[in-house]
Amino acid sequence: MASGIKDKVVILGAGCSKFGERWDCEPADLMAEAFEECIADAGIEKSQIEAAWQSTGIDAYSVGPGAMPLSMGLRLPNIPVTKIENYCASGTEAFRAATYAVASGACDIALAMGFEKLKDTGYGGLPQRSRGVANDLYYPNLSAPGMFAQLAAGYRGKYGTSKEDLKRAMAHVSVKSHANGLKNPKAHLQRAITMEQALNAPMIAEPIGLFDCCGVSDGASCAIVTTPEIAKSLGKEQLIAVKALQLCASNGQEGGYEGWDGSYVHTTRVAAKRAYAEAGITKPREQVSMTEVHDCFSVTEMVTMEDLFLSEDGGAVKDVLDGVFDADGKIPCQIDGGLKCFGHPIGATGLRMLYEMYLQLSGKAGERQLPNPTIGLTHNLGGFPHQNVSSVAIIGEYGI
Amino acid sequence: MVGITAYGAYLPRMRLQKQVIADANAWFDPGLKGLAKGEKAICNWDEDTITMAVEAYTDCLGNAPGQAPAALLLASTTLPFADRQNSVVVAEALNLDTSDLRTMDITCSQRAATSGLLSALDIAAAGKEAVLVASEHRKAKCASREEMLYGDGAAAIAVGGENVIAELIASQSQAVDFIDHYRGEGQDFDYGWEERWVRDEGYMKIVPNAVNALLSKSGVSAGDIAHFILPTEQGRVPPMVAKKLGIKGEAVADNLLQSVGITGAAHVMLLLAHRLEQAAPGDLVLVAGFGQGCDVLLFKVTDAISHQRAGKGVSGHLSNGRPETNYNKYQSFNNLLEKELGKRSEVNKQGYLSAMYRARGLTNSFLGGKCTACDTVQMPKHKYCVNPECGAYDTQVDHPMAGASGTIATWTADTLTFDYNPPAYFGMVTFEGGGRIMMDMSEVDAETFDTGSKVSMHFRLKQIDDQAGFRKYFWKAIQV
Repeated sequence: MASGIKDKVVILGAGCSKFGERWDCEPADLMAEAFEECIADAGIEKSQIEAAWQSTGIDAYSVGPGAMPLSMGLRLPNIPVTKIENYCASGTEAFRAATYAVASGACDIALAMGFEKLKDTGYGGLPQRSRGVANDLYYPNLSAPGMFAQLAAGYRGKYGTSKEDLKRAMAHVSVKSHANGLKNPKAHLQRAITMEQALNAPMIAEPIGLFDCCGVSDGASCAIVTTPEIAKSLGKEQLIAVKALQLCASNGQEGGYEGWDGSYVHTTRVAAKRAYAEAGITKPREQVSMTEVHDCFSVTEMVTMEDLFLSEDGGAVKDVLDGVFDADGKIPCQIDGGLKCFGHPIGATGLRMLYEMYLQLSGKAGERQLPNPTIGLTHNLGGFPHQNVSSVAIIGEYGI
Repeated sequence: MVGITAYGAYLPRMRLQKQVIADANAWFDPGLKGLAKGEKAICNWDEDTITMAVEAYTDCLGNAPGQAPAALLLASTTLPFADRQNSVVVAEALNLDTSDLRTMDITCSQRAATSGLLSALDIAAAGKEAVLVASEHRKAKCASREEMLYGDGAAAIAVGGENVIAELIASQSQAVDFIDHYRGEGQDFDYGWEERWVRDEGYMKIVPNAVNALLSKSGVSAGDIAHFILPTEQGRVPPMVAKKLGIKGEAVADNLLQSVGITGAAHVMLLLAHRLEQAAPGDLVLVAGFGQGCDVLLFKVTDAISHQRAGKGVSGHLSNGRPETNYNKYQSFNNLLEKELGKRSEVNKQGYLSAMYRARGLTNSFLGGKCTACDTVQMPKHKYCVNPECGAYDTQVDHPMAGASGTIATWTADTLTFDYNPPAYFGMVTFEGGGRIMMDMSEVDAETFDTGSKVSMHFRLKQIDDQAGFRKYFWKAIQV
């Protein structure tokens, strides 16, 4: 039985660019912006980084394939650099690779950098993409909101939730995230919205309206990881450690075999169970201080609360409306605004979530600082509700 | 005995109200007002000659896989491909046994379907079964008479030597280079001549000439004809021709001008299918196909005719329409406008023919896989069984799903993604008997459609590449 990653690796430094419509920035500019914050926070020289991983989700629309964009963008000293792509979990995957490299002893200090330049398409929303030559022959020509709207239909079908109640819960999710984003100077969207605005916004993919959708943003985020021992030797006093890093990829059973009803994301549940076991968490609703989940759409966040076992099955609508996941609730979710308002530069997103957890756990989150968080959970979900990759990362104070 | 053994039809559900055409164009041509009566059947954006042909065959003979007629003939002047045999696409979509199947596209005349039927009957005379499908989806210029008169539709006629419901008595074909209209190579639209000349020199002379030749050699009296089928967009012509020939007025088939429109090369078979629905044993049926001459076929209805049909037939399709009052939508679906489709429509539409060839079991024939170890049905077919209790390798055999009944498990109406008819409906369909797939939906009635809705599978257009002249097909779920 593997011992897991708990407390073997700590975050030495983290950085994040301003997210948004960065019309004047190349991907390298965004990377540099995040990296300068990160390396200063880590208190090391660039030459001390021994390996790096780059995550981009849709490289065809920005930098092209391969890892040279990161290596050249930061003028890294000819170290091994690898590009990672795994849908919306790409950022967490880069972090996982760097963490595992350090945990294995293959290197002492590693960098994970995620970025995306999405605003060069000429239209709103995510770029139109091929899903592969053969898949394109029969997959519906669906948008991202169209994919995740399936969850709403499945959820209604299973629990008999009315369209109105579901929509109100979805609206609450977005109103909450907008309120949070208002306190985040790096967020793409920094303005509050009302329930009425969310409920009455133009429909994008039934029942997902405009304010149920996250921002499509340019941005970069990164983390430098090392061992607790090296961090201490470098003078780091407060250590924020990786407690769990789990990934689950669909094998086609949800979409191709009976059992899955469209009301939940199977892979998130599998990844969450493994992550809680790895981190030693037995009562997630009591032990997790805060979450950054993949709220690509409001309904995704709502369903994810059940998939992470923070809400009972069928209980997310009530929990959401009761404010359990609000900034002043029991388990604040998206305290930085989430994908919804911080924005969603795909390859950067997983690392942006870890950046926020790191800030919160270090007490450096400024106006949005939560009182005494100890365990933070991040979650990514990429693909379709019925076939996807899902990641769950848990970080917290070292040694607890 | 050789003759017709089965018949079926298909009409698109959209019925454009002709008044909206007149409302838009009468400022330019007030004469259009006189034609603005009733409605016409028009293809949805994802329907064409091929998809309608598949539906018409299914209406005629069902879509049970492995049917093995000796020949499948497709008659049309609006075949999507000038060089890719369209009837083969239809055959694969129908899951016919193609191991010993003659396929043929018959085109270039409004007489194509009757000529095709004559060829099919020749095959029947040789002791085999053949099916003729006639299907048409013509374009017409904005503010033209044709725009008022043309409709879209398809019909299928099966022929053979057993269980004949209408026996072939005689036939006659005459060829005359009479150009009432033509459509030149590379042209989208018909170019026609004065109606009065077409009527007087064409229909009134060429048709009687051919019919009289047939009647005289078969010894049948015109007055004994019970059904006279003469497709034409000139509504007054069939009674005039009938009168000249001595055919009774009540025998003249309604041309469905105000309910369907003239469905071009398919129309003669559509009218034949319609009349067969009403025919009684012993009835004589005279079918005339007009175009660069005339084909005439005389049938006698047998005792085997039954009006208990599985399919909808012409009557069923006539009553299955949905009024459409958006003229712009009609023009858009027929690519008659320089329309802003948005940047999301600018995707790579490359055909990737080798990949298409590998995938054609799924894309053309809607075949899934059935595991021979555990009987689990799955879509698409896969090397490993999807059942987690099984997971067997290389155990799946082709499993036809085109006739499967489905239930909507999840869905959405997507307004962001590109669709010719937004919003795009798609979602997870779960099939009775196993299998499920995320797929597109069509003909959605937003008022009644929801999770739990029952759906059937239909061969439809998936993507059109106007630049390359290519189109891709796949199956869509349509609410039952």
